[in-house]
Amino acid sequence: MTTANENAVAKYKNNFLKEVEATVEEGHWVKMCMQCGVCAGSCPFGPHWEHSPQKIFMMIRAGKREEVLKSDSMWMCTSCYNCMVRCPRELPITHIMHGLANYAYRLGLSPKGQPNQAIAKLFWDSALKYGRVNELKFSLAMYFRDGFVQGVKNALAMQSVGLGLVKAGRLNPMEIISGHTCKDTSGIHKMIAKAREIEDRRRGLA
Amino acid sequence: MADNKFAAYICSGCGLGDKFNIAGLEKVAKTEGKMTVIKTHPFLCNAEGVQMIKDDIANDGVTHLCIAACSRRAKTEAFVFPTAAVSRANLREGVLWIVAEGSDHDEVRQEMAEDYVRMGCAEIKKMKVPEGNVKESSSKRILVVGGGMSGMTAAMAAADAGYEVVLVEKTGALGGFAKNLFKRVPFAAPYAEAQPTGVAELAAQVSSHPKIKVHLNSTLAETAGAPGRFTAKVAQESGSVTEELCGAIVQTTGFTTYDIAKLPELGGGQANVVDQAGLEALAIAANGGAIKRADGKEVKSVAFVQCAGQRDESGTHLAYCSGHCCATSIKQAMYFKDANPDIDAVVIYDDLRVPGMGEDFYRSAQQKGVIFTKGKASKVTGGDSCKVEFKDLILDETATVDADLVVLATGQVPNAGVNLDEWTTINTAADGGNEEAKQQRTALESTSVLNLAYRQGPDMPQFKYGFADSHFICFPYETRRTGIYAAGPMRRPMDMLQATEDATGAALKAIQAVENVGLGRSPFPRVGDLSFPTARLEGCTQCKRCTVECPFGAIDEDERRFPLFNEERCRRCGTCMGACPVRVISFENYSCDTVGSQVKAVNVPDEEDEKPRILILACENDAYPALDMAGMQRLTYSAFVRVIPVRCLGSVNTIWITDALGAGYDGVMMMGCQKGDNYQCHFVKGSEMAYYRLSKIGDTLKGMGLEPERMLTYEIAITDGARVAKIIDDYVAQLIEMGPSPMKGFG
Repeated sequence: MTTANENAVAKYKNNFLKEVEATVEEGHWVKMCMQCGVCAGSCPFGPHWEHSPQKIFMMIRAGKREEVLKSDSMWMCTSCYNCMVRCPRELPITHIMHGLANYAYRLGLSPKGQPNQAIAKLFWDSALKYGRVNELKFSLAMYFRDGFVQGVKNALAMQSVGLGLVKAGRLNPMEIISGHTCKDTSGIHKMIAKAREIEDRRRGLA
Repeated sequence: MADNKFAAYICSGCGLGDKFNIAGLEKVAKTEGKMTVIKTHPFLCNAEGVQMIKDDIANDGVTHLCIAACSRRAKTEAFVFPTAAVSRANLREGVLWIVAEGSDHDEVRQEMAEDYVRMGCAEIKKMKVPEGNVKESSSKRILVVGGGMSGMTAAMAAADAGYEVVLVEKTGALGGFAKNLFKRVPFAAPYAEAQPTGVAELAAQVSSHPKIKVHLNSTLAETAGAPGRFTAKVAQESGSVTEELCGAIVQTTGFTTYDIAKLPELGGGQANVVDQAGLEALAIAANGGAIKRADGKEVKSVAFVQCAGQRDESGTHLAYCSGHCCATSIKQAMYFKDANPDIDAVVIYDDLRVPGMGEDFYRSAQQKGVIFTKGKASKVTGGDSCKVEFKDLILDETATVDADLVVLATGQVPNAGVNLDEWTTINTAADGGNEEAKQQRTALESTSVLNLAYRQGPDMPQFKYGFADSHFICFPYETRRTGIYAAGPMRRPMDMLQATEDATGAALKAIQAVENVGLGRSPFPRVGDLSFPTARLEGCTQCKRCTVECPFGAIDEDERRFPLFNEERCRRCGTCMGACPVRVISFENYSCDTVGSQVKAVNVPDEEDEKPRILILACENDAYPALDMAGMQRLTYSAFVRVIPVRCLGSVNTIWITDALGAGYDGVMMMGCQKGDNYQCHFVKGSEMAYYRLSKIGDTLKGMGLEPERMLTYEIAITDGARVAKIIDDYVAQLIEMGPSPMKGFG
């Protein structure tokens, strides 16, 4: 059985731009970039990523498939929307970044252990399971991501914040047992499964 | 003339009467100015004041008048007396507004005003009313040289405005470069798709226009004469010659493409590497279908290399950007995408420059899927499978693109005729009897477009890179040959839309020229000026400086080797007058005497008075308005200066400077326009000539025992109001430090 990645490679041959246009959210905008670099200059995280949006777009056009999809650059986006507001060509850059990250993850190419990716995944798993995010379980899952000892250390470090939240009624310790779910979780599960099925079919990931 | 009557009119309005002792000014006009009529009016520029002057001219026989009021640049619509010679003493902008407030300055303020009255009266004594030289037989036909897009547009514009046009085209068909295009870039919204060129339709309109006479397969064997009376010998290919009389010429000889063979590193000369013109030929052959290479193979991938042989810093190829090629490549990439969206079209560019509304066109190509890659191509390999090696400037790495066809965006090489600098050198050697130079001269002259029968050479002077000299912001179509206008890519690199705009502008300039010349008036920039230079030939030493220095080639030589002025070619700058070592050239209202007498009229104080006197000769186009501007902004500058406006710094005769310094002036400031490649001189070379001449005056000053700093030149722009005030004050301070001129008391 071939993987989704192998399928995509076979389908789009060497034309990565066409692949992005077909499979990545807002990917059809990539060709409209005029390489002015305003996004790269506007990004508050600019110095911390390997490739700025400008370079990512250029790499897509240059067919650097592996390099783009395996990059951690789009995972560094904080969704501040600075680039998107400033882009003279009005590209939805933030959305494209998330679209690329999502696509890379779905193909199994995204960098393993990337912290932002881990948070996103925990957040999504929690939301999927309960129909809404369970803050307590989400935080604990975060703390204990790197093992039990590190988890305890993390929890102790955040102790005062946690207690403050409990005091203010923003965090209920009892939810560790009962949970904090929506009314019809199985309905939610079905709905999301259907949505994913439709989207995957559209993007050729089924 | 016996019946000359001189009058001075002094205005006491605008606060002049409050600050000046008007009776004192009147006395100066009478006793020193020797004016017959002296009148003061509280509001000279109003209807009543002007009527008073008009009445005096009509009833009292006043022929010469000095108006002592505001700057000559103010109230020009009120003080119009066409039958009288008029001088203006600038008491308002030149004195009242720039001398510091307060009674401490009353004395110098009054002295300055009195000097300006003396100067105005002295000037008017030497002036004549320009009579003009109406030429009823002057031709109003317009000759257009070159039948491309610009030429046809110019011809249509002039013909539609009612002027007869003669169009001379070298080849057998109208249309020029544009007729070999498949489509053109869009001229109008939404700027999204390439458009039909419309060249055939325009050519048909031109050919059938009742006012346009077209000569095909023709060149100009000779162009002689001057605006209003050019005679062009139109030589047919068959050998027959027709003579056409015309009033003005629009030259639209366009460009040739930079030779692709000069770019071997970019695949020039190799199979399947073409320039943009080559691609247009392939596109015309395909006519909207699949574009095929020369070997018949359908093109599935194409790469465009921008700036091929352009913007070259090494000096091997064109140094400049041709402006149209980015939009042209965008258009050509669309040819492929429109025929088949699956064709890969890559444009490798350094800076994508799409002037006008080209940004929309660029976006449209991106929508169609053309890939734009910022990079610099280093090597192109032609052949069956072409390769473009380039440095990706975004990803900072070397990369390669494979393509079936490579298109090089080469630039425009102007076709403006003979380079006059080269011609002059060869011509001088040939005249000296050098046989090789004679052959070179013949060869060079065979490439001439206009074949002008001017002593300055067969074509118009060029600026950089072989483009016709024209000031691209202030007066784009003016060349340095009056009545001959340049339009289109022979003037600067440009696209088709710009060329058509250019052609319309040049046609209007040609109309302006024929109309003014017919009335004996200068067409530009002293529009309407009726004066023209005359030479007292009995004093002429035949030194030829005037013929050489005239920036416009207005002066030929007659058979006795005396200067022969072609009044219609003259722009009235007076550069000839400044050049003449024996001072035999003058205008009726502007001469060595009109300025010289003003220099002498000023009251130069003695050494003991501790009041230095500085002469300022200011260009009337920029420096004098800047001085006025300083006044309007109520900036102050030293009251020790006396300003005389000159037509151009080029008209400054060194006698004025030596006379002034000899008479005990402490210093002379010369204020002219910027010179050099970014010149702002309205007469192109006037200020440069002046700087060159004045650079040699140091020895004369030394001979007089004077420091060279007693004469300085400045470049002043019209916006320099504040700067000019500071420059004056700094110079006055410098002169006070140097001490009074040793010439004082000898004058």
